[in-house]
Amino acid sequence: MQQIINFVIRYKNFLLYLFLLMVSLGFTIQSHSYHQSRFFNSSSWVTGNIYAASHSISSYFKLSEENKRLVDENEHLRKLLFNGVPRDSVLIDSTWLIHTVTAGRVINNSYSRPRNYITINKGAQDSVKPDMGVITAEGILGIVENTSGKYATVQSILNERSNINAKIKNTNHFGSLVWDTKRYNVVQLVDIPRLVPLTIGDTIVTGAMSSIFPENIPIGTIQKFDLDHSQSFYRIDVSLFNDMTNIKNVYIVNNMDRREILELETETLNEQ
Amino acid sequence: MNNNYFINTIRFGLLILVQVLVFNRLNFFGFINPMVYILFLYWFPIKENRAVFIGLSFLLGLAIDFFSDTMAIHAASTVTIAYIRPAIMRFVFGVNIEFQSFRLSNSTRAQQITFLALLIVVHHLVYFTLEIFSLANVLVIIKKVLAIGSASLVLCLLFSSLFSVRKE
Repeated sequence: MQQIINFVIRYKNFLLYLFLLMVSLGFTIQSHSYHQSRFFNSSSWVTGNIYAASHSISSYFKLSEENKRLVDENEHLRKLLFNGVPRDSVLIDSTWLIHTVTAGRVINNSYSRPRNYITINKGAQDSVKPDMGVITAEGILGIVENTSGKYATVQSILNERSNINAKIKNTNHFGSLVWDTKRYNVVQLVDIPRLVPLTIGDTIVTGAMSSIFPENIPIGTIQKFDLDHSQSFYRIDVSLFNDMTNIKNVYIVNNMDRREILELETETLNEQ
Repeated sequence: MNNNYFINTIRFGLLILVQVLVFNRLNFFGFINPMVYILFLYWFPIKENRAVFIGLSFLLGLAIDFFSDTMAIHAASTVTIAYIRPAIMRFVFGVNIEFQSFRLSNSTRAQQITFLALLIVVHHLVYFTLEIFSLANVLVIIKKVLAIGSASLVLCLLFSSLFSVRKE
């Protein structure tokens, strides 16, 4: 016993180091296999408020540029309005709506790591919940991962764990949108079968399979495509419409039918 | 002594804020975000209790992790350099550090730079190994360690000459 105590006292620094290292590796590995850690994320109260304070200062520097973007978007929407709208977007009865939209602002953004997250200033109090889609006027941005009262973290499409259903515009050939962590303006679309005719410059949009994003949200254009090692699927480099380094105003999209779709799908799976 | 605690507390807070609000957003060449908070470990008094030092470094890393959504990678790498700091010091300064009168500010410029560089290299190696988490990407890890490490070194040197350690 005496010896054990002596041992502990002699190596207390080493043991402390080992313990703290294990703790941090534990957190890291646990979130490698599952989700972003529940506790360590920038949507928490302290970090959210610090980011919001810094954002309230820095947002002034880009006001004119941001105004121009919003005006451009309004112009686009008005054009749609004047030229005959698709029927379902003029419905007034809110129970008929499938998608609701909340506007938010980015208060922290990263794009240089293998796993990038974006913090936005809308949270549970604005009924933002995990697994809602986040888009900008130009294209998709990511999926809400964690929320606190006033803030939420968004798993960016520039994240090695991001996996979004996407298709080639005006066809129904769909694949998965992933990121190889190399460049912040290029993501990859995989699992498109070889027989699909592709052209450089084709537009990629979100597919209908995902219950997170509405169909036909723009993503980017084809920059380059190759067959993957199985020689039967394409691996397509998609250059993004969004400038991921410069994002301010975002929209959080909620699919009202998502619960129903998921329930139905799990029920079907369980019956098999 | 009291003064010492005060300075280190202020340093702890300021370095976190500077790191997350300024340097995490730098994105020089798209990926270079220098890590200046390592200066806390460079400046920390040598004769303090080691256990306290390791604990503080862990907290510092964890605080950075909270802000940058990186699980606990910063904490793991910071606690590692905190643990091996005495070994690095013995390597750089030789027997000098055994003397009661030893001060960081008394050592030569070359020694200070080597000390800082070694801290940064070890920290970045651990950090990017954990972040990328696959040995298939050794080249990416080395590239990042070299590029970001040299950026961190330059900035840390600038900071340390701006706020030079006087009588501690």
